[in-house]
Amino acid sequence: MSWWDELANNRVIQQMLPEATYETVAMVAVSSLLTALVGLPLGVLLHATAPGGLAPQRVVSSVVGVVVNFGRSVPFLILMIAVIPFTRWVVGTSLGWEAAVVPLTLGAIPFYARLVETALREVSPGKVEAARVMGSTRTKIIGGVLVREALPAIVAGLTVTVIALVGYSAMAGVIGGGGLGALAISYGYQRFDPSVMIACVAVITVLVVAVQVIGDLTARRLDHR
Amino acid sequence: MSEPRGARPQIEPQGARPQIELRALRKVYPTPGRDVVALDGIDLSVPRGAIHGIVGRSGAGKSTLIRCLTGLERPTSGSVTVDGEVLSDLPESRLRSARRRIGMVFQHVNLFDSRTIAANVAYPLEVAGVPKAQRAVRVAELLDLVGLGERADAYPAQLSGGQKQRVGIARALATEPAVLLCDEPTSALDSATTRQILALIRDLRDRLGITVVLITHEMGVVREICDSVTLLEHGRVVEHGPLGEVVGAYGSRLARELIPVPDLPLGDERSLVEVAYSTDDVATHDVLAAVADLGTQVEIAAGTIETLAGRRVGRLQLDLPADEVTAALGRLHAAGVHAEVATR
Repeated sequence: MSWWDELANNRVIQQMLPEATYETVAMVAVSSLLTALVGLPLGVLLHATAPGGLAPQRVVSSVVGVVVNFGRSVPFLILMIAVIPFTRWVVGTSLGWEAAVVPLTLGAIPFYARLVETALREVSPGKVEAARVMGSTRTKIIGGVLVREALPAIVAGLTVTVIALVGYSAMAGVIGGGGLGALAISYGYQRFDPSVMIACVAVITVLVVAVQVIGDLTARRLDHR
Repeated sequence: MSEPRGARPQIEPQGARPQIELRALRKVYPTPGRDVVALDGIDLSVPRGAIHGIVGRSGAGKSTLIRCLTGLERPTSGSVTVDGEVLSDLPESRLRSARRRIGMVFQHVNLFDSRTIAANVAYPLEVAGVPKAQRAVRVAELLDLVGLGERADAYPAQLSGGQKQRVGIARALATEPAVLLCDEPTSALDSATTRQILALIRDLRDRLGITVVLITHEMGVVREICDSVTLLEHGRVVEHGPLGEVVGAYGSRLARELIPVPDLPLGDERSLVEVAYSTDDVATHDVLAAVADLGTQVEIAAGTIETLAGRRVGRLQLDLPADEVTAALGRLHAAGVHAEVATR
């Protein structure tokens, strides 16, 4: 039997891989969406309140900065376990892909917020000044100039974040988060079935490549420089 | 908005209220240790329809001055009046609408890369709340005005430096400002493009009657389009006046920079005497005759004769034996020619 037949005829793969793939895609999709929804405004806040920003606020800037740095410092495995009570409170359980969304989102928000902040910092201050001279308000400058001009970099940052989430989602499998990670660990690793392991890694690779390609194409279409 | 372009007044008669007026303008940046005085009591007025140049080395306060004119920077004391509105007194909310009376052109243009040319020019109109249909009409007009009507759908990255600056100018003019502020508008451009952009600015002034304040470190720009000029140094006005007066004034630093003569190597026992004249006072051939009278030991080593702002002015560098300087100066002065030992 060739290795391919072994993969194709593996009953665990046949029965569980589709479901596990769905779970991984679902938890990455939902946590990516939530991360973008919270991380983007947070990144804008970091940029705007920083010294020399549109609305410098020393206190807000340092508090948010510290929180974000702390969030980024906690190893994901620890974060996942530490927030279990919070996860239970939000989702009602700490098991399954729905529950995994909570730590994934909490872990990715500070990461993405920093990437957004960096993207905004790359927008030339001259453009902001030009908008101000033209009588634009700060709110309008944030949406119409800062975020819009930085959009290719913001999308590129989201691509990096989503790919990181794919990796973290596999880790979430360790504590019962479901998905490809759980399948790879419980069948591939603990039951010594290399085929399952290979299949899981292959699907994850395809997911990562797909995200990267879509992200690159989107960023390129948005980039008129 | 819809006022026909030809109806704008041309340059108003002398004595009209100045379009831009700075009074005892001071700007101090407090820093730990000592305060940095960027502007130290600037008085300046620019009449309607004039093109006024502000020159000075970097750090002289030019940028701070223009930021005070846009209201982006609040003066520490003194007042800034633009088009009858005292900007230095306005609260931020009123300042925003007052800025629509001010158009600004930047050295690095600062177009928005994510928007088309048309959308860039439309931006200030969008901010001012002009309805979309009206915006489109106005944008088309403006792009025609700067000769880029056919590039409306291009993105800034697809344009040359000169074209970008044209878009920058169109954008600055969108809200029909009374005043156009230009901060080093040609410093990033080559000389041919610089001339085109300057010609455009002058043409717009002639057609729209707009008042222009132009910051530059290039004397060529001042010579090309300015009606009047201010020299800033350490936050103070060192010299200022209409171009014709400034270039005709003996010993004027601006004249020296506007009509430069080359630095000369000097032999042993030789001195340089500089002769400056304006044909309003003395004819060129009388100056040359007076120089020739000094004898064969006196050589004209370098010289420039130019017509600037309707006035013909000349500067000559005389290379002569050091011990003849006093006598030569005396004879030149007696002939009514301004001369002094060249400072270098």
